[in-house]
Amino acid sequence: MGKREIRVRLNGTDRRLEVEDQVLLLDLVRGLGLVGSKLSCDTQVCGACTMLLDGRPVSSCTTLAIEADGRTVGTIEGLADGVTLHPIQTAFIEKFAFQCGYCTPGMIMAAKALLDERPDPDAAAVRHWMEGNICRCTGYETIVEAVLDAAERQL
Amino acid sequence: MLRRFDVHRATTVDEAIALRSRFGEDAALYAGGTELLLAMKLGLARWPQLIDLKPIPALAQVQATAAVVRIGATVTHWTLERDPEIARVVPAFAALERNVANIRVRAAGTLAGNLAFAEPHADPPSLLLALGASVVLQSAAGTRSLAIDEFITGMYQTALGPDELIVAIEIPVPAPAVRASYVKFQVIERPSVGVAVVAALRDGRFDGAPTVVVGAVDEVPRLVPTAELAGAEAADPRTAEALAEAARGAVDPTADLAGSATYKRHVVGVFARRALAALLTEAA
Repeated sequence: MGKREIRVRLNGTDRRLEVEDQVLLLDLVRGLGLVGSKLSCDTQVCGACTMLLDGRPVSSCTTLAIEADGRTVGTIEGLADGVTLHPIQTAFIEKFAFQCGYCTPGMIMAAKALLDERPDPDAAAVRHWMEGNICRCTGYETIVEAVLDAAERQL
Repeated sequence: MLRRFDVHRATTVDEAIALRSRFGEDAALYAGGTELLLAMKLGLARWPQLIDLKPIPALAQVQATAAVVRIGATVTHWTLERDPEIARVVPAFAALERNVANIRVRAAGTLAGNLAFAEPHADPPSLLLALGASVVLQSAAGTRSLAIDEFITGMYQTALGPDELIVAIEIPVPAPAVRASYVKFQVIERPSVGVAVVAALRDGRFDGAPTVVVGAVDEVPRLVPTAELAGAEAADPRTAEALAEAARGAVDPTADLAGSATYKRHVVGVFARRALAALLTEAA
């Protein structure tokens, strides 16, 4: 079957891309120079590779690139408006919600999906939604605070 | 990275069955990919052909009648945890679905895929078995329906034929007096112990015997013998102790990263009590 052409709206821009069936979404997107999404566990456990596929958070390390055909893909690179950061990004900075930063793009994309579905979550809802995103630096308190803070900023 | 394969997008059940016949053991059925692609990345399995079931509209629906809730083979956990009919008819199952794996796995993974993989450390099989659910399989010869414990035959083993695919999971709508609960203990990515209880209550007593299933600790979900609990006072501490004892005795735990066999058997008893307590809380 060889290569297949897919049409993807990637961070708001329509793209036509040629991919082989076995190519993973993470590899496709990073290959385009968008390297914010990270490979870490490679087993859908850690969330560092989280992207939004039609608004839903997925592990791009375990999603075939062809699944994005005809759909929207959102990554951390698509959040800021020029030099103006997205409210979730601002909240993560102001609440000191990261240290090394490796998990942060995935954390922020997961948080975006949460706030898009549920703009005013309580702390328990944030913890439940984000429990599949792992951070080995912060201890999570500041991350939960940042997501709640971002919710307030967006309301 | 994955080794080369081709994905074939089936648009009807008949087309998927035809592709399965054509490729035989070279092909795997593919929907969410949350188990399949992991196994392939780890090199545990290799299929040069994948048959994508997601483009088949008939498999993508949840349908409820007065008698049964029918969940199509490509319905994701994400959909199930939000489906109003599931929440109304089998709230314990909706609650279970809200706690499967993590949000990304739920967004992509399907209930049918979860069952088809028959990974012992899974949530849905135990409650589905307790609820009397069945798996509907279709091949060129027709359809057949298997109970969960007929479908899951061992660790990573099922009764799915080489010419068949799962088209739906059917949950019978519980009678009004029936309550259900599922509780689990989980310290890593998958449950290490899960206990499901389904029982009809009348005036605080079990109407007949409760159905109790212990999942995740053993190679397959285990049905707990509960005949002696028929008619028992549900809130009596002696009932909880008898239930815990029966549950501990029904399992042969597999020692693994989540704990030793002795430890798991103990936890089974603790969670059997909690499952009963959860059921009584729901009934109150």
